[in-house]
This record gives sequence, structure tokens and C-alpha cells, in this order.
Amino acid sequence: MNFNFQDRNLDFVKHRKKFFSFSIAFTLLGIILLSTIGLNLGIDFESGSRVEVMSPEPLTAEQVIEDFAQIGDGYVPDDVTLAGDQNEYGYAQFIGVLNADEIAEIQAYFAEQYGAEPNTSTVSPTVGQELAQNALISVLIASVGIIIYVAIRFELLYGFAAIIALLHDAFFIITIFSLLQIEINVPFIAAVLTIVGYSINDTIVTFDRIRENMKNAKRVKGFADLSAIVNKSLVQTLARSINTVVTVMFAAAAIMIFGGEAIRSFAFALLLGLIAGTYSSLFLASQVWLVWKAKQLEKKRFDSPAENEA
Amino acid sequence: MVKKGRIFAFFLIVGLLAGLIGSTVIGTAKEIKLGLDLQGGFEILYQVHPAEEGDVIDDDVLSATVSALNQRVNVIGVSEPNISIEGEDRIRVQLAGVEDQQTARELLSTEAQLSFRDVNDELMLDGADLEEGGASPSFDENNNPIVTLTLKDASLFADVTRELSQRPEGENLLVIWLDYEEGDSFQEELMKEEPKFMSAPRVGQTLNTRNVMIEGSFTLEETRFLAEILNAGSLPVQLEEMYSNSVGAALGEEAMEKTIFAGFIGIALIFAYMLFYYRFMGIIAIISLSAYIFLVLLVFNWMNAVLTLPGIAALILGVGMAVDANIITYERIKEEIRTGKSIMSAFRAGSRRSLSTILDANITTILAASVLFYYGTSSVQGFAVMLIVSILTSFITSVYGSRLLLGLWVNSRILNKKPRLFGVKEDEISEL
Repeated sequence: MNFNFQDRNLDFVKHRKKFFSFSIAFTLLGIILLSTIGLNLGIDFESGSRVEVMSPEPLTAEQVIEDFAQIGDGYVPDDVTLAGDQNEYGYAQFIGVLNADEIAEIQAYFAEQYGAEPNTSTVSPTVGQELAQNALISVLIASVGIIIYVAIRFELLYGFAAIIALLHDAFFIITIFSLLQIEINVPFIAAVLTIVGYSINDTIVTFDRIRENMKNAKRVKGFADLSAIVNKSLVQTLARSINTVVTVMFAAAAIMIFGGEAIRSFAFALLLGLIAGTYSSLFLASQVWLVWKAKQLEKKRFDSPAENEA
Repeated sequence: MVKKGRIFAFFLIVGLLAGLIGSTVIGTAKEIKLGLDLQGGFEILYQVHPAEEGDVIDDDVLSATVSALNQRVNVIGVSEPNISIEGEDRIRVQLAGVEDQQTARELLSTEAQLSFRDVNDELMLDGADLEEGGASPSFDENNNPIVTLTLKDASLFADVTRELSQRPEGENLLVIWLDYEEGDSFQEELMKEEPKFMSAPRVGQTLNTRNVMIEGSFTLEETRFLAEILNAGSLPVQLEEMYSNSVGAALGEEAMEKTIFAGFIGIALIFAYMLFYYRFMGIIAIISLSAYIFLVLLVFNWMNAVLTLPGIAALILGVGMAVDANIITYERIKEEIRTGKSIMSAFRAGSRRSLSTILDANITTILAASVLFYYGTSSVQGFAVMLIVSILTSFITSVYGSRLLLGLWVNSRILNKKPRLFGVKEDEISEL
């Protein structure tokens, strides 16, 4: 089987305004969503309380949740984990800090139920928040590094376009998670970082082909020549773009479907990011580069008309 | 003229590889240490405060604290504790597979500052007066577990007990505290059901001895811990728990099994797709990807690194990049075949041209991963390490490994004039 795009007249460049509008609209939507409903932050990023239940018998998570429901309606743990040889410890995490009355109620119930008063402690979200902040700063520093490397190996414009695509992809996932109000915990950060890595890899491969075709091109004078080169490059790398994203999506989708509850939203974030990463390499990064490069050429021609006499 | 020797060499290499992987992969995978999120256990992040006013928290103090904590963790018998310094004044302790978290917590955060005070909380003796390593668990005459301590100097204890024994009844007590804090009061604690001090024996006479007994309602286990902590020495700092997180082992185990199963399915799908799309080259891709996965596990194990969920994420990305390297090469070879080159020269040109693409993409990603490693903390760093390992490995297997294996076939000339094996139809080939 074969994807044979070579003989088809696929014109990516023609529709670039649509792609730009879509990406800009989506980014705006993301900004609006984040400033209104925001993200559904999980226990890693929100302060909360932790209740440690001890039982003479092995516990199950369902049982702990059921126990809290018995105390009152408002007691729905956001996360329950078990520990101990026999699972005789249960840890229930609540987003939001429990007040003294609530703690007293909980303690009274469990003391009666299991003969041991649970320990309650307050969990501060500093760690999750710091991790997120740290990840963000690291990505921004990495972006500067990427721009420098790409400026050396390619040229500066490629670097900027690649970073736009990278940030677009990361923000795309965040927007969708805000839209669907999926709870976000530390693994989400890992997913975003993965997509940053994928996005960069994908964009560079596409740019590499553009660079090669630029080298071999007989004449590159203005927008028309440039867009022909970009189109040709995208068509040439399309089979690779599709195959790569399809294979990685197999892995991400398998983990999402079969990987268990804990890892599902993480795999979902990966899937979204893979789609965004491929989209941005084809329709965003290369088109942004094209527009900038064309402007640069215009300027050059304007500055040195003598060169174009030949 | 077909050179059969190369094909034989190919099968020999693949056979050896399969034998090696088949016989060691399970063992290697089992040896990899799993992070908390995958195997259960708990982690605590401590904010380090000076034990005494005016103490400075510097790198030396932090390192000393880490080694003291390590000794304490050994007391609990946790294998492979992960204790790391974070930032300027924080220490993260990760204990995988710990069952009794409460004990572990108490054991870690105690300063192990023993002090002997009178009923008015005046300091009589403290840890500095104790013989190093002189604490041991033992039993009193009624066979109750106690801890015995050895003092550096018998006369010290004689002075203290002489002074106390002369006080009126009720005030002639020697109160033994662990981690006495400013503001703690014996009188207040006395009213409580569970007082904070360990014991308050009555002193009836001058005791000219170096041996002191601490009696309390201890279990045997507790006396052993207490003795070991006292011997391990006190912490030079105060630790305040900022955050703790526990993961049930059952949850981790189940999630892990499911994830491994999911990984197998994902990889099987990738293999099937590559075979379907790239035909003969797909077989080579499958071999090199298998080698890649095996090598990553091997290197990871050899680095003694801990696999976490973000690590798995990086591994998936690594698989993606390894597949990508194969795909870039094969697409190039197909392009070259379509231009009408012979299989042999198409292979050579395709390999050469794809190398620079793969190199640039990989270096850029490694660069990003290095920055994440350098500036990142905990799981960001774990992700970066795994990503760097993955990329380097995939580069070896997917570029050189694939090229070597495919080259054996191509150069044996058996594939000459068979573009269909590469997924190229004859009618796509343009005449040169």
C-alpha cells in the first residue's frame, strides 16, 4: 500500500489563511476559557486535606468512599489510595481544606466504625504548582536553546516558526482540557512535555525538507516561488508525517484504552498533542515561515534592486 | 550474482539478537526499579529549618541531613530509598513499598534530640552527654521493653540525680524528652492522655552510673527504633513536612500491569502497520525497534534509574522517534527508487540523505531534553533523563542498526530489480 501524494495537486499554501484563522481563534478560545472557567485542577495543584483511615480489616477504595458518603453528602474524596500489607490503611484526599467541625465529624464516624481515629492533615499544593512552574520555565529556556540551534543549522526564521508551533501545540492541549474540564494532575505536565518534544521533532523534519528544496531551487524570488517550494516539501514529507503520527498514536491510543484509569487522561493529552503537533508542522510552522520569509525577500529586493538585473 | 554470505550474516545477527533478547528481557524488565507512582509507597517533601536560631542552612548541612535520613531509613529496612535535596532548603524523601507509613514519618522527622529535664523544664542533660552508639533496646525486670543509654561520664549523672533526689516528692522527677521544643511544658503534658515526654522516672537517690534506662509503654519494635535513631545521631536541622503523598501499592501494581499490556498492544499495532506499509523494510524496522526497546530497558537498568509515569511518557515518545527515524529513511529510499535509481544506489542515497534530517531532529530534541534535565525538578527531570536515553538509543538502533541489516540484504543483490518489496510499484518509477 502507498500514500502517493506526489501526483496529486495538494495545495497547502493556498489555504494558509484558514489555518491561521483557525489557530488564532482556538488560541483565543483557550485564553478566554482559562481566564473564565480555568482548569480543573486536581489534588496535586489545589490545597486540600488528607484523611488517613486505619482499619482492623482490609479496606477497599469503594468502601472508603462509601464510608465518607455515610458521614454526609459533602464528603466525596477526590482520590482514595490504600496502603499497608493488607490494605488496612486508606488515604482519602479532599480538594479544599476541611474545617474543624468537619474533621470532628469524620473522626467521630471512623472511631466508631473502625475503632481508630483517623489522622487528618492539610496538603499544600506548593509541590504541584512549583513543578508546573518549573516545567513552564524549563520549556521557555529550552525554546531559546532551540531557536539558537536552529538559527545556526538552518536560519533564525525557522527557529521562531518552530517555537510558535511548539507553544501552539502545548496550549492546544491545555485549551481542550479546560474545555472538557478534565482534572489535571502531575502526569499532565509529563504529557505536555512529551508533546513539546514531539512537536519540535516533527517541525524540524518538515523544515529540513524545505531547507533542502531551497538549496536545490534554481530561483527563489518572491512569494510564488517560495510557496511552490513549501508545497512541494510538504507533499514530499506527507507520507512520513502521516505514518509517524499514526504509529505513535497507536501507542497512545492503546494506553488510553487499555492502560487503566490512572493513566487515561494522560494518554488522552498525548493523543491530542500528536494531532496538534502534526497539524502545526504542516499547516502552521511552515506557513508562518513562508509568510515571514517572503517578507524578508521583499525587503531584500527593495533594499538592493541591483541584484535582480540578471 | 547473489552473495548468499550476507544473507546468512543477516540471519546470524537476527538469531543472536533474538536469543539475547528472549533470554534476558524478562529479567531486565523485572529488575527495573519502579517509581512511587507505579509501585506504591510514599513521599514526603520537607522544608528544612535551622535547629537552633542563627544556624545557617547550607549545602553541607543539607548533605549531613540526607545521610542522617538515609541511616534512619535503613532502620525501617526500606530498600532503595530515594532521598534528594531540592532547591535551597528542601529535602524530598521517597520510600517505595513502605507499609507502615506512620512509623516511617515519625522516624524521619524526629530530630532525635534527647533531653533530660526537671519538672520545671530546666535542662539537666542532653544528647551531647551521651556516649555515641550507646543506646540499645533491652528489657527491665518485668520483661517490659526499655531502652538503655550510656552516658559519657558517670559523675555527670551523679550530680544530676543527687540534686533531684533532694527535692520534695513530686518534684524529684527526671523527665526524659525526645525533641523537646521551646514552650513544651511537663505540667501541661502530664494532664494529657498521651504526654509528649517519653518517661518521668522518680529519682530517690544519687545514681553513680553511666547507664540510664528509659522506661515507657514501648513495644519491642519501638525500643529498637528509638535505640537505632539515637545511635544514628540527631539531625542538625528541623524538618517541617510540606507535602506528603501516598500511593497504594495495589493501585500502582494494577496500573502498571495494565500499562504494560497496553504497551504491548500499541507496539504490536506499530509492528503490524510498518510491515503492512513498508513490506520488506518493515521487517527490518521490527527487528531494530525490538532491539531499541530492549536496549532502553538495559541502559535504564544499568543507570539505576527509577521508572515513573513521566518516564513511560518519554519512552512512548522515544518509540515514536525510533519509528520516525525508520520511516524517514524508508521514505527517502522509496523516493530514490522512484527516480529510477537501482536498488543499491537508492539505498545508499536514501540512507545518506535521511541521516542529516534525523540528526537535526534528534539533536534539537536532545537539546530541549537537556535543558529540562538541567532546570527541571523531580518528575520533569525524570522525564528528561528517559528522553535522552531513548533518543540516543533510537539513534543507534534505528539509524545504524536498520542500515546495517538492510544493507546486508541490499548488498547481497538479491533485491535488485524488486522495487515492489520496498512498496514501490513499477509504474511509479520514472525513467532516468
